[in-house]
Parts: sequence; structure tokens; C-alpha cells
Amino acid sequence: MDNVITHPHTHETAVAAEHHHQALPQHRHHFETEEQQREAASFGMWLFLLTEIMFFGGMFFAYLLYRNWYYDAFVAASNQLSIPLGAFNTVVLIGSGFFMALGVWAAEVKKKGLLVLFLVITTILGAIFLGVKADEYHEKWEKHHIPGAHFDVSEFVNPHAFGLKETPLAPDMAQRTQVFFFLYFAMTGMHALHMIIGIGILFWLTWRAHFGEFTSGYVAPIENFGLYWHFVDIVWLFLFPLLYLINRHPV
Amino acid sequence: MSDAHDATNVTNPEHSEHHILTPLNYAVVFGTLLIFTGITVGAAYIDLGVLNPIIALGIASFKAVVVILFFMHVKYQSRLIKMTVGAGFFTFLVLITMTLSDYMSRAWGLW
Repeated sequence: MDNVITHPHTHETAVAAEHHHQALPQHRHHFETEEQQREAASFGMWLFLLTEIMFFGGMFFAYLLYRNWYYDAFVAASNQLSIPLGAFNTVVLIGSGFFMALGVWAAEVKKKGLLVLFLVITTILGAIFLGVKADEYHEKWEKHHIPGAHFDVSEFVNPHAFGLKETPLAPDMAQRTQVFFFLYFAMTGMHALHMIIGIGILFWLTWRAHFGEFTSGYVAPIENFGLYWHFVDIVWLFLFPLLYLINRHPV
Repeated sequence: MSDAHDATNVTNPEHSEHHILTPLNYAVVFGTLLIFTGITVGAAYIDLGVLNPIIALGIASFKAVVVILFFMHVKYQSRLIKMTVGAGFFTFLVLITMTLSDYMSRAWGLW
């Protein structure tokens, strides 16, 4: 280890720092400073999030490719989604991200009551998002727009009979709307799964925050969960325009 | 503590000061995100041809950058974290570009 140098003065400082850290039980001995420990935690969390970018990225790439192959089917199928519901959910999710960020702030300034409150609001907004998502899924179920044996193409082959102003699709292209709905369910489903896991972790964090665990200078779990929650928000910030918005034409 | 300390770990400016953003900062970011959500929804109802997906994705990218910089504190992190985040997105773009160039060169005229 040639980057390790012995430096008496620094050593004194470090010993002094170690005494200081005895008051903070979260400081682990294999980190030189608490700042280093905190950075290591952020670094690790970001590495995990980068694997998530690659994971969701694969699905976004599949979307890009199939949208170009079956463009007309993607236009017709995309117009089946409700922009008001999608926009409402976007606002709900941005709001939950806002309260999560406030939660990190509350932990940093050691306000226990506010931290618990903000974590609870974040959880509630996350639950509202999932509720709206469930309603949208239910509508797809009723319209037989879930890919598989019961998929119904009649709305795409003959949209005028359903009061839609879409351009009718040829039967083979109408079948390709299943590709859109498959990607819709895969991407929003995986996003929703991340939110369900996030809400589970939120319950656990709220419980621990209630006992003052994160308002004594030990904010890393709140901070890193915040990174996770914001990442899930970012995925939705792209899902919303790609699935709901960009194929919308004034008809 | 061992006798040999890495002095650079104690004094290295890489380990940036912990910067606490205020609720007001977050409120401004929240407002910005809401405004751009409104703009992107409004733009979807106007037929702008090829510009529609470009605007939608441009706004989504802008919102994502705002979230990453402020909600995720990357603007105030050390260079190590900034490089990690940047490298991740760069690698992702390389993967997309290389795969896409392969698909596009196999199906001329279909893109």
C-alpha cells in the first residue's frame, strides 16, 4: 500500500477524531472519518441504482425498437391510456419525492416529529399512486387489453364502432397492439413493484424513525432510501411521456 | 485505528462538506417539476409532428436532471459520486447507441 503514509500530525487528529466518534455509535472503525463512511454508503447506493438503470434501460430499449417496428399499433394502443390519470399520478409521485426530500432534511436537522410525518406522507402518496395504477389495470382487464388468449383487437380493427376516431388497423397490425400492452404492463408493473418494495421499507424506516434512530446524526439509511425513492420517480418521469403522451394526436 | 493512516483520507478535499438543502430549495424544485409536468401534458395535445416525442423526452430528461442534482443531492456530492453517476448514464448511452446502430444497419429503410 504505497499510498499510505505515516503522518504524526494527522495521526493525532485522527485519534482526536476517534474520541469524538465514540459519542456516535454509527461510526464504524474501518472508516477513517464519518464523512468517508457516509460517502461510501452513497457510493454503494449509486452503484446499485446504476444496475437499476441498466435493468430498466433494457425495457426502454425494447420499447424504442418495437415502437419503430409497429408504429401504428403503438399509436392506437397508446391512445387507450388516460392522460388525466397519468398526469395525476405524475404529480402524486413528484409530490412523494418532494416529501421524501423533506424527510432527508428533517433527519439532517434532527427533527424527529417532522421526519416521521414526512415519511408517512411519502408512504400515503405512494399508496395513492398504486391505487390509481390498480384502477388503470382494472380498466385494461375489463376491455380485454391484457396480452394473451383473451386479448380483443376489435377496438383497433374497427375503432369507429367504439366511438374512437383512430385510424383502423389491419388485423395483423392490430395484433401488434399486444406488444405495446405487454411493454406497458412489464414497465409499469416493474415500476409498481419497486414502489411496493419502497413502501415496505418506508414502514420499517418510519418505525425506526419513531424511536429517534435517524435524528441523532445517523442519517445514511434515510438518505440512501431517498436516493432509491427518487430513482423510482425518475423512471416514471420517462414512462409517463413514452407510454401516455408521445403518440397522442388531436383527433 | 492502525498506526499507518492515509493522510489523504483525512484532509482530502474530495470528501466534501455535507451540504444541507433547505425546505425552500426543495419547494422551488417541486414547483419547477410541477410546471414542466404541465407543459409536457399541454404539448402532448398539440400536433407538432416529429417535435412531439423530442419535446416530451427533452422535458422528461430535464426533470430527471433536476431530480438527480437537487432531490438526490448530486450537485453537492464529491467528485467520486458525480463521476459514478455520470459514468453510469454514459455507459447506458453507449449500450443504447451501439445496439441501435446494429439494428438500424440491418433494416435500412425501416427507420
